[in-house]
Amino acid sequence: MVQVSGEKATREVFGPTLVKLCREGLDIVCVDADLGYSTSAVKFGQEFPERFFAIGVAEQNMIGVAAGLASCGKVAFCSSFAVFAPGHCFDQLRMAVAQPKTNVKLFASHAGVVTGEDGASAEALEDLALMLSMPTFNVLFPADAVECEGAIEAAARNDGPFYIRALRPKTPIIFDESYRFELGKWPQLREGSDVTLIACGELVKAALEAAEKLAGEGVSARVLNASSLRPFDKDALIAAARETGALVTAEDHFIHGGLGGLVAETVAAEHPVPVGYVGMERYGTSGTWEQLLDYFELTPEAIARAARDAIARKSG
Amino acid sequence: MTQAAAVTNEELTEIARRVRRNILRMTQQVNSGHPGGSLSAVEILATLYFRIMRHDPQNPAWPDRDRFVMSKGHATPLLYATLSEAGYIPEEELMTFRRLGSRLQGHTVMNNPPGIEMSAGALGMGLSFALGAALAGRLDKRDYHVYCLLSDGDCQEGQTWEAAMAAGHHAAGNLIAIVDRNHIQNDGYSDYQRFEDGDQAPDRPGGWVMPDGHTANIMNLEPLEDKWEAFGWATMRVKGHDFDAITSALEAAREDMGQPSVIICETTKGKGVSFMENNPDYHGKAPSAEQLVQALSELGFEE
Repeated sequence: MVQVSGEKATREVFGPTLVKLCREGLDIVCVDADLGYSTSAVKFGQEFPERFFAIGVAEQNMIGVAAGLASCGKVAFCSSFAVFAPGHCFDQLRMAVAQPKTNVKLFASHAGVVTGEDGASAEALEDLALMLSMPTFNVLFPADAVECEGAIEAAARNDGPFYIRALRPKTPIIFDESYRFELGKWPQLREGSDVTLIACGELVKAALEAAEKLAGEGVSARVLNASSLRPFDKDALIAAARETGALVTAEDHFIHGGLGGLVAETVAAEHPVPVGYVGMERYGTSGTWEQLLDYFELTPEAIARAARDAIARKSG
Repeated sequence: MTQAAAVTNEELTEIARRVRRNILRMTQQVNSGHPGGSLSAVEILATLYFRIMRHDPQNPAWPDRDRFVMSKGHATPLLYATLSEAGYIPEEELMTFRRLGSRLQGHTVMNNPPGIEMSAGALGMGLSFALGAALAGRLDKRDYHVYCLLSDGDCQEGQTWEAAMAAGHHAAGNLIAIVDRNHIQNDGYSDYQRFEDGDQAPDRPGGWVMPDGHTANIMNLEPLEDKWEAFGWATMRVKGHDFDAITSALEAAREDMGQPSVIICETTKGKGVSFMENNPDYHGKAPSAEQLVQALSELGFEE
């Protein structure tokens, strides 16, 4: 299931996947706020122009229009950059989507510090916190382009609000075509018994590399892919806490309100074990995406270090 | 009511009178809610639901229904009372308004009860939603219209103008906005026009607090037609408590002119109750038990 073969940005599969699903008969529409080339939404617009609604740089209106379309039976997708949606339109997502549970799907690209050269203003590090704060939103952060396609399909085929977080740079493809995204599941990508590394997005690959590094030191690390942040796989999480006794989370997002917060809240209530956190704790800056991962220590080395530390804190 | 029934002005007047009674009773029984901006749009909703719109209370999800989207989501006493008159809500349920366990929350909740098109309560969101429903109708080749009621405050929210621009751009001829232009909002008067001696108001550009505590000139919306027209809308301004005027404007707006239409209804906040008329205090304050008796008496009800 896990292999590295080429690279592709998760955002690149958005438009093409919508085209495929619409051809299969889903009543899909797409509302676009002038970033359709970047999110690949225009691929859908070229194929289904009457189902593609350009509304200009107006993200609040984008969400409201999508909710109105959804109220008439449409599977209403919209897309932008994560700093703009949910950044500009939290209240609209809350009122027009989350509370009435309208069938709106927000695909937000350019999330995380890996957005790169555009700098701090363009690097959404709060979007998961915003979206996870609304209990009716399904929140997904795929690890690669293969999984992203599955996440989009799950969003289209399941009624209700969905948020899909995607990235600008071409990141490694780690799943082969046999991989199937399952809503609410944290697939185990590697068996391990000393610690569990729980990662989402592009840091899943870093977690796998960290596990390899730890194996060389005689440490057996389990790896879970937490792409489905809501619903999340509580069973897999608690099993990991119980069976490995230490956890590390890794995410390109602020730890508070993100995967780290989610894991901490859950294990604190159900099965407390030492947890280490790899993620963002301050705003980003300009640089290439690979440089930024190093600069902010979102690396296999940082994950391995956090794992050693968590293991050392195990009681008894 | 699947087709607009022939209803006389006298019948509409009676419906409006009963709706006003329920607005006052609903807010009084729970000592909260928004009577002022409910009373200002009674004639608008009565005309829509009993003369203009194609709808069926037995089938609220009917795909071909005309849609009424209330952006001013605080005017629930008006909407619930009108929907009750139209057969969507049992009248006795109205007196559960804003109480624990009731379907009738303080601000609108989509499909709760069926007939409520959209969740609202944060201003500025209705026109976007209405535009989405209008675009879906065009895509599906359905001939319904979407009506959206906006308040003065709605017209101050940026999102309303995002939606206005997009509706003009997309030539949404099946979208009709109605502004309940009562010139009063939460803190006081939108502009100089509706308080006593408004003509003598000092010519100050910003808002100021008057001796009675209200703020005046919170945000002037005029020239309002010019704003909508600039975004590609057909505009009309009518007397908002006159059934014939509202009817003619809505009938004209229904004609597809290849552009959306807005009807600016000049209304009186608190209309029909002497101590509430043009009084900002009753934007979000219920009448007392004694005031209810007086108000109902002014409406011609003996209790």
